Amino acid sequence: MTPVLELQNVSVAYGGIPAVTGVSLRVAAGSIVTVIGPNGAGKSTLLNAVMGVLPAQGSIRFNGRDLRDAGVEARVQAGMSLVPELRELFASMSVEDNLRLGAFRHRAEGRAAATRGLDAIFALFPRLQERRRQKAATLSGGERQMLAMGRALMARPALLMLDEPSLGLAPLIVRDIFHTITELRRTGVAILLIEQNARAALQVSDHGYVLETGRVTLQGPSSDLAADKRIVELYLGHGTQ
Amino acid sequence: MMRRTLWPLPALLLCIGLPWLPWLPPFWVTLGNYIGISTIVAIGLVVLTGMGGITSFGQASFLGFGAYTTAILTVQAGLSPWLTLPLALAVSAVAALAIGAITLRLSGHYLAVGTIAWSVSLYYTFANLDLFGRNDGISAIPPLSLGGLQLIDGRLYFSVIWIGVVLAALATANLLDSRAGRAIRSLRGGARAAASFGVDTPRARTLAFVHAAMLAAFAGWLYAHMQRSVNPTPFGLNAGIEYLLMAVLGGAAHLPGALLGAGLVTIVNDVLQDLLPKIIGTQGNFETIVFGVILVLALQTWPEGIWPHIARVRPRPHLVRPDAPELPARSLPPRGEPVLSVRGLHRRFGGLVAVNDLSFTLFAGEIVGLIGPNGAGKTTTFNLLTGVDRPSAGEIEFLGRPLVGLTPPAIARLGIARSFQHVKLVPSMSVIENVVIGAHLRGHAGALRGVLRLDRAEEAQLYAEAARQLAHVGLAAFADRPATSLALGQQRVVEIARALCLDPVLLLLDEPAAGLRHTEKAELAALLRRLRGEGVTIMLVEHDMEFVMNLTDRLVVMDFGTRLAEGPPAAVRRDPAVIEAYLGSVA
Amino acid sequence: MDPTITLILLQDGIVNGAIYALLALSLVLVFAVTRVVFIPQGEFVAYGALTYAALDAGQMPGSVWLLCALGAAACGASLWTQRRMLPPRALARLLAGTLGIPLAALLLTRELAPLRPGVLVQALLALLIVTPMAPYLYRVAFRPLAQASVLVLLIAAVGVHLAMGGMGLVLFGPEGSRAAGFSDGSLDLGSLTVPGQSLWIVGLTLALMLGLYGFFEFTLYGKALRATAVNRLGARLVGIGTAQSGEIAFSLAGLIGALSGILIVPLTTVYYDTGFIIGLKGFTAAIIGGMASYPGAALAALAVGVLESFSSFWASAFKEVIVFTAIIPVLLWRSLRGGVVEDEE
Repeated sequence: MTPVLELQNVSVAYGGIPAVTGVSLRVAAGSIVTVIGPNGAGKSTLLNAVMGVLPAQGSIRFNGRDLRDAGVEARVQAGMSLVPELRELFASMSVEDNLRLGAFRHRAEGRAAATRGLDAIFALFPRLQERRRQKAATLSGGERQMLAMGRALMARPALLMLDEPSLGLAPLIVRDIFHTITELRRTGVAILLIEQNARAALQVSDHGYVLETGRVTLQGPSSDLAADKRIVELYLGHGTQ
Repeated sequence: MMRRTLWPLPALLLCIGLPWLPWLPPFWVTLGNYIGISTIVAIGLVVLTGMGGITSFGQASFLGFGAYTTAILTVQAGLSPWLTLPLALAVSAVAALAIGAITLRLSGHYLAVGTIAWSVSLYYTFANLDLFGRNDGISAIPPLSLGGLQLIDGRLYFSVIWIGVVLAALATANLLDSRAGRAIRSLRGGARAAASFGVDTPRARTLAFVHAAMLAAFAGWLYAHMQRSVNPTPFGLNAGIEYLLMAVLGGAAHLPGALLGAGLVTIVNDVLQDLLPKIIGTQGNFETIVFGVILVLALQTWPEGIWPHIARVRPRPHLVRPDAPELPARSLPPRGEPVLSVRGLHRRFGGLVAVNDLSFTLFAGEIVGLIGPNGAGKTTTFNLLTGVDRPSAGEIEFLGRPLVGLTPPAIARLGIARSFQHVKLVPSMSVIENVVIGAHLRGHAGALRGVLRLDRAEEAQLYAEAARQLAHVGLAAFADRPATSLALGQQRVVEIARALCLDPVLLLLDEPAAGLRHTEKAELAALLRRLRGEGVTIMLVEHDMEFVMNLTDRLVVMDFGTRLAEGPPAAVRRDPAVIEAYLGSVA
Repeated sequence: MDPTITLILLQDGIVNGAIYALLALSLVLVFAVTRVVFIPQGEFVAYGALTYAALDAGQMPGSVWLLCALGAAACGASLWTQRRMLPPRALARLLAGTLGIPLAALLLTRELAPLRPGVLVQALLALLIVTPMAPYLYRVAFRPLAQASVLVLLIAAVGVHLAMGGMGLVLFGPEGSRAAGFSDGSLDLGSLTVPGQSLWIVGLTLALMLGLYGFFEFTLYGKALRATAVNRLGARLVGIGTAQSGEIAFSLAGLIGALSGILIVPLTTVYYDTGFIIGLKGFTAAIIGGMASYPGAALAALAVGVLESFSSFWASAFKEVIVFTAIIPVLLWRSLRGGVVEDEE
């Protein structure tokens, strides 16, 4: 079976210095794959390159199709969605408008179809329904993350990419977000999850990659990685004085 | 050094001799005169737009100030034209100060559109005041004369104009190579960094604006005595746009670009005015059509102008005099004494709390790491300490002085130097020029001393200091390379050298090791230990835990804007709260 | 001051202000969506007015040919930028948009112009000829500069203004034109007589503003445009193409500019370069409104119109000086309130 996403030897340079070097990675249909690693390892850079926000070298294939010349909009059209680290919501617009714009890809289907999609999102995040008339700027951090995820899901993507969904959120809300990620598994969408919160990410995912200074240094089934002693050292250093 | 001091001489000879070449058609001399006048205006725009990043469509108005001042004073008050030159320059400088005081604080596009507004408004003022002769203008302006010789012949006037061009270029080159000029050059791309080393950026903007206005007024004075009459048309908005076009087309960031742009535009303009009606047959402003199209195409194909494409532009090597006397250094507080104490620091952005009740103290001669996961508030904390941002609540005390409310230059003056997470070096400057900005507060020369080259002794001291600090960080070999040609990791080290030029008590480093290779990291760690040995206090934000754990004396760990833990690295590593913050909790 | 004169001046000011308000709105729109300060807005006013006047005189307006040339240029530019990715349907759309529309406008004008088909048809035809120039210009001049700074875009906009201004002289000649209004009647209100055309201007302005409000509030494309203005990256991430948004914004600006010209040419003689000063006044209003707020810009535009009509009564020679100097206290206030803004782009 063709994987939804397949990266081969992908490198991204950022102002002359390589931020990501020779990363190869696969996301199988319906699976959750996570990329973990400490701050500054190049995780966000990798995701932005997959989405076309940053230029990359190497091969990025989505459902078997080479995306070399496709811009961000074309990748959305093809069925990718990214929830970026900074959320990038339409701050001065209402929650509902944010969500409806998420379905821009399906604009030909009309308003009624979008409304059905909206109901599905509200079922997943009831909080957003309570706030549907509110401006996105007035939402709390957790609600913003829900809205960003809801907006991405409105596009009914084949691949959902989440960039640090737990960033800056309180532990209880992080728990909610990860719960939602496991729920999404049932809808059949493939998920590529970038996380600093290694423990939670490994718990919800099937397969994990560890990114360290731009390279994949470890990979394997998530349950194996969760037990690996090297992870603690990776995050907090050796500290041999 | 040789090249720059000697070029004016042959240039002067050329100015005087060239127009008398027997086979030179007189029409070319006239064209040359117009090119010279435009070049002077365009030189001003190089400083203003190319270096200072301030786009002005209104330079023609300053030309008008110069031309009308001399026209009125010579025709109506009977003054000698030579006497009106300083007055014309002064009038224009005052006008620039007044207009600048009102508009220069605006951001880029507001300011640019603002220049359109005042330029239109000044045009109608020129055209409607009796004093200015309304739309007819003022005629019968006396020519310049030199010991009884009236400079009416275009060939004689050619010399006057081009000597003027040489003087304008020389004054500008001197200015740009001085302490005040570096402040102007740092505006584009490095304004925030320059401010954190004590550069008064609003003042640098005003200086650039006034310099450009005075050059334009000089050109206007030359123009008035060449035409011997003035009217409002050449001082309107379209003329202003044309001058900007010259600078942009030639290469707004390069002095020779002014000459190139002025020459190209003037010649093309003339050819088009001649040629197009013959081809198309009817009358019309064809040259403006072609100009508009050229301007757009030029921006699309050569966003930096033409000059960088014909000449390999590289920073001029800077001769450093290692024998220059060392700058006076500040005495560092004795080891172990409190240097910086932060108490109850808060910073809220809307509903978001970026820094929440943070307290810590730094003692002289220690290296402290400020660490924490992404978004923990580390860079915000640095911005609060350096005056870039104001805390919502809390106190910061540095050597017994409160810091809250001080501007970045004021804090720099006290002895706090920093590097930036996103490297902020001025791309158009060489490595050593960027480093000298760090020593800005240790020099005193003003713009006038720079223009007249009376600042050389001090400059030599500043450059010697910069060279010493570059050697200190191990980048002496790169001194004359363009700053952006270095790898990003090396650029971070250049930022450290720049910070050291301030002679700091406290060094704040934001991710200094990011992008460095393994051996470079080891060298950086050695350098920081050496500085600690000299008594400098260092606080650094860093993600490379290996680096932090081995280098620092103490760690302050932040999470969600609050202090999560504090202590020696080994203890912090074992702290369960820290482990949880970094690895996350189980969902 | 005589109250009748005051009323007349006020009425004049409101009519002018309505036009400035339209222009200010479109300037704000274009800036918010594309970051282009749309200096050539004034040329669209002049082109609209003079195209309409030519049709009104039963002549073939020269602007049709410019439309064809710009369409072809836009076609070429788009073919070049999209050479790697151009599915057949997109190609068909491109050809219809850049070559089909000018051709249709050309044929229609050929057939209709000599017949003098009446005010309404002439106005629509003028809009059809002038409006598409704006998106074509966007494709040719501004889209290749999409990554450039606001200042570079501004300088490019000045270049387009120069070219279009010069072209205006070629196409329409140096003589001014006037044309028939939408209405010859007038409305008597006590001592004040309000010309029908003024009512048309104010009425159409209000209608257009309401229409724009509806477009932005209630349609997906309107919201997509707002989304682009609010968060460019966010818009791209939901699949809204910034190029398409830019084209729509430019089309609206072209439409508003041309319509403003058609509305004023019955009231005042329009020359090929009249539009620039009118556009600049729209600018003044947009800047006073802060380049961000639509209601702010519209209110400021009314104020500019009224200030202009009163100053033309009191000191007509200094009318422009007063209007353009009025911007300075506002700028000053903004800068004192907003603090120093750095150029770090």
